[in-house]
Amino acid sequence: MALQLDARPPGTPAPRATRPSRAGRLSRIDAKYSPYLYIAPFFVIFAIFGAWPLAYTFWVSLHDWDLLGSNPTFIGADNYTRLLADSDFWHSVVNTLGIFVLSTVPQLLAALWLANLLNRQLRMRTGWRMTVLVPNVTSTAAVAIVFGVLFGREFGMVNWLLDLVGVDGIEWKSNRFASWVAISTMVDWRWTGYNALIFLAAMQAIPRDLYEAAAIDGANRARQFWTITVPLLKPTIIFCVIISTIGGLQLFTEPRLFHSGTNAIRGGPMRESQTMTMYMFENAFAPYYNFGYGSAVAWLLFALIAIVAAINVLIIRRLGAGARPDTGKRKGGSR
Amino acid sequence: MSRLWRASPLTYFALVAAGVMSVFPIYWMFVVASRSSDAMGQLPPPVTPGGNLGANIARLFANTDAYFLTGLINSAIVAITVTVSVVFFSTIAGFAFAKLRFRGSNALLMIIIATMMVPTQLGVIPLYILMTKLNLNDRLPAVIMPALVTGFGVFMMRQYAGQAVSSELIEAARVDGCGTARVYWNVVVPALRPAAAVLGLLTFMTTWNDFLWPYAVLNDPENPTVQLSLRALSDGYYQDMSQVFTGTAIATLPLLLVFVLFGRQIIGGIMEGAVKA
Repeated sequence: MALQLDARPPGTPAPRATRPSRAGRLSRIDAKYSPYLYIAPFFVIFAIFGAWPLAYTFWVSLHDWDLLGSNPTFIGADNYTRLLADSDFWHSVVNTLGIFVLSTVPQLLAALWLANLLNRQLRMRTGWRMTVLVPNVTSTAAVAIVFGVLFGREFGMVNWLLDLVGVDGIEWKSNRFASWVAISTMVDWRWTGYNALIFLAAMQAIPRDLYEAAAIDGANRARQFWTITVPLLKPTIIFCVIISTIGGLQLFTEPRLFHSGTNAIRGGPMRESQTMTMYMFENAFAPYYNFGYGSAVAWLLFALIAIVAAINVLIIRRLGAGARPDTGKRKGGSR
Repeated sequence: MSRLWRASPLTYFALVAAGVMSVFPIYWMFVVASRSSDAMGQLPPPVTPGGNLGANIARLFANTDAYFLTGLINSAIVAITVTVSVVFFSTIAGFAFAKLRFRGSNALLMIIIATMMVPTQLGVIPLYILMTKLNLNDRLPAVIMPALVTGFGVFMMRQYAGQAVSSELIEAARVDGCGTARVYWNVVVPALRPAAAVLGLLTFMTTWNDFLWPYAVLNDPENPTVQLSLRALSDGYYQDMSQVFTGTAIATLPLLLVFVLFGRQIIGGIMEGAVKA
């Protein structure tokens, strides 16, 4: 059976195969070009609805462009100059970075710790994994509304608990730093379990004899964790950091729905927790429809994401440098 | 799995604490949804369910600001259409990348991986202009079309097809005179089914959850997705929290249902994807 394989791919002795040459030609065309047909939908749709809009955002940002858009005027870098002098914009940049740091760093540390807990002989293994993942499968909008109530000034459960231990109620929505903490808590709650499962998967691929050798050398569990687990997890950590950076800097739904009322897009009365995406949205859509200005915000955010992602990768590379010569073996090999 | 460490009571204690924190906000959402509207003003806050769920649901669906039923139907239409599309295009493209040889396949695959890193959300402004030109504003196709494919889906199916689809079987089908389309349908689809199911579940949940783009393009309050109905409820002048929470609970329910039924597969998909990514 195997002998025939290379000889004559399409040669079926079908009863009506009167013109095998034509069938053969068709099948060769099929084999050569059909792969392009199969991958084309992705590229066509992504080009129209993903890549083109992103690139065109830059073109729009160079114009004075409103909702009617009948004749957008080219104004060069004017939108950017105005933006760089716009204190509300810088306010949103600081908010975005603040919320990002508060939500990413504890999240990844907690995820590492949680993964370490899950990487043991547990009863009801799947049950625990599902429990820590359940925040991730809830509706973001719903959770933002629920947390908005939990962090309420008068009747919020968080302030009530704080009151029990003698701490005065906190203005979670109108104090800038407090609103960052509240929103970050929401993000942490949603993503810690998800990242923990990703770390757990990577931890399970670490060979056990490394730990045994370390134990013989007298390293305790904590030391083993920091000198074996964490360095070997570096590629996975980098992956999670990049994904968290891309997502975290574009944060929108959580801060938007944490606040309610007519001006919620500002993220509080004094823009306490307005992120850059919210500022883009405020300018670009109802009621202002200032597409040019909003697009300039989008591009600066894009630049910020690229810069922060690069810095993060550099920091993590540096942190783990020297701990181990090569950690990317398993990752690279499976590509 | 004898190679794992034993779990101490402390491990279980920590896990229980983490579990309570994970579940409590969801549990509490259902508690408030089942109580009367004055539950919000009580201290200590109520933590046990009440008997008002039916009445809250009735008020929610009668609320003329939220168009909650329309929202549910619209979200179902969008999420199901997108899921079917993503699964179809991802399996067929993943198959092509994993099992068919063609010029440029490696470079094209790298492009697909790169698209996963692109913050496409930042392109909403031209997308809005485009939908205005196409006269699709306020209509569901505007929400559906940009979501029809994902780089993640193609990559995930490509990784899975590499190991799950047998090359011998493909060759055998070829010998029997199958073109690539029939190979896809008769050999590849059956082999990819488990991974395709996970992709479908993840896609359904993401799409159901989507907020920013529908918020930008569906401005007609009478034609929302369910997440936009929640926004309308939450931003309402008169805030009846037990009604709002009934809305959030119902909007979350399909996701929880999917998770309870297929949690094991979803976890498997996330963890396998992590090792391969």
